[in-house]
Amino acid sequence: MSEKSIAKKVYLDHIATTPCHPKVVEAMQPYFREIFGNPQSDHEFGWQAKMAIEEARGKIANLIKALPQEIIFVSSGTEANNFALKGIANAFEKKGRHIIASSIEHRSVLTPLKFLEKSGYKVTYLPVDNFGLVNPDDVRNNITNETILISVMHANNEIGTIEPIAEIGKIAKEKGIIFHTDAAASAGTVPLDVAQLNVDLMSISAHKFYGPKGVGALYVKKGVKITPLIHGGVQEAGRRTGIENVPGIVGFGVAAELSDKEINKRIGYLIPLRDKLKKGILEKIDHVYYNGHPSERLPNNVNIAIEYVEGEAMLLSMMKEGIATASASTCTMMSLETSHVLQGIGVPPQIANSSLVFSIGVDNTEEDIDRVIDVLPKIIERLRAMSAIYPERQ
Amino acid sequence: MYSEEVMEHFSNPRNVGEIPDADGVGTEGNPLCGDVMKMSIKVEDNRIKDIKFKTFGCGAAIAVSSIVTEMVKGKTLDEAMALTKETVAEALGGLPPNKMHCSNLGSDALHKAVEDYRSKQKSKETKEKFVCHCPYCNTTCDAPYPYCNSCGASIKICPNCGEALKKETTICTKCGTSV
Repeated sequence: MSEKSIAKKVYLDHIATTPCHPKVVEAMQPYFREIFGNPQSDHEFGWQAKMAIEEARGKIANLIKALPQEIIFVSSGTEANNFALKGIANAFEKKGRHIIASSIEHRSVLTPLKFLEKSGYKVTYLPVDNFGLVNPDDVRNNITNETILISVMHANNEIGTIEPIAEIGKIAKEKGIIFHTDAAASAGTVPLDVAQLNVDLMSISAHKFYGPKGVGALYVKKGVKITPLIHGGVQEAGRRTGIENVPGIVGFGVAAELSDKEINKRIGYLIPLRDKLKKGILEKIDHVYYNGHPSERLPNNVNIAIEYVEGEAMLLSMMKEGIATASASTCTMMSLETSHVLQGIGVPPQIANSSLVFSIGVDNTEEDIDRVIDVLPKIIERLRAMSAIYPERQ
Repeated sequence: MYSEEVMEHFSNPRNVGEIPDADGVGTEGNPLCGDVMKMSIKVEDNRIKDIKFKTFGCGAAIAVSSIVTEMVKGKTLDEAMALTKETVAEALGGLPPNKMHCSNLGSDALHKAVEDYRSKQKSKETKEKFVCHCPYCNTTCDAPYPYCNSCGASIKICPNCGEALKKETTICTKCGTSV
């Protein structure tokens, strides 16, 4: 065991965050000391910073096939989601106070929705099937005259399921309702086209695709009215004020440019690794459940539940072997609640507590996957041997 | 983030397993909330001679179980009953606040094992108290049945001393109580 612990560290938690691409770091460097000006200033330092922001805006627009003026820079995916939900709720308050969302949205969607419910909005949470898919008919059937907004995530961050966004967007368009999608888990990882997806708003986050932390964007389709979340000066045409995170935005732009260029190559690299990991685990360990959709899923996500072993104990054991991954177990959550996503797809709570979420990145190799397939069965054997709920062998 | 002690006990847990002929067994928690601990003890001269655990749970839960077994092995039952969640957490160099109550069930499982042992002892004593003989056929019975298991005759049980008496008896032949 000690011999292995000095082996190369294996990071398989890219859905939590990714390392910055070296080109991203390189591009950001000058914006800390040389081009440090306030983009609102009328001098060279300011103008250069302003130009850098506009260049990045163009690159991010390209990534999702939008117009540059449709991109609003924010601080994170969480802020983008808050902005979209509260901003639309406020701007369309007079039209109605009903919102439709899926029940497996990220916390940064569900929590603002709870907040809106407290302020008198009504929210319908749509169920999902056993693979995590929202049924577009459910969306259609729940629309009322009061409905002002539909919010369904593009891909789920835990189980990787990709939702039928274009179809839902078509329904929203027909009914003249604003449609938002949280694409934090998928932007930069799978190709996105806002027109093809029929979305009015889309949240994206830089650090999920080799960009820096602390920067994200909300796409707001031209002509869509939205109330700002943060009121202040003139930045982002008054829609998101406060001085811009210039180095972050520059890094975000480069990350978007690289993703846009390499996206198909990356997908072609990730899918075989993902499938190898899934196959290896299912073959070598018994009492294992594979969660999420078999084909409509992110190219980098493997979500499994290994019965009779608690998730956090697996994470700690893997950490000791130099492998970093995630779990949706109650014990790994500060909230101490069972994953609403696994519950949403019908996984019993005691099995949800045995979940492991692997998310593969472009720096991972086949050797990394082999390491997991080699190490994990031994960990499971050790933990099951001391598990109070593992059935006695016959 | 866990302390070094937690990681050490998680990596090298002490006293893992089950005692097949345990004198007391205690289980605490449930798989829905993510932790189940099972403690089995062997008691000799009112002391915990041996203790083993099995745990389904997070790193903290496993470390807690392990250190509890270490802390009470060789101790008297009263000392084991005095063990608290706080002393266990302290011995582990502290636990994260959210783990303090959900994963810190080791002492509860231990207390249940001791209680299980004590209630078994008590029922053994109670059983001994009820050893009596059928006043008709003299067969030994170990519980206060209203009739003899062997010959089927109806019998009376003295409410004071538990002696088995013939049905027509009005005063207990053993202790003199009116029956």
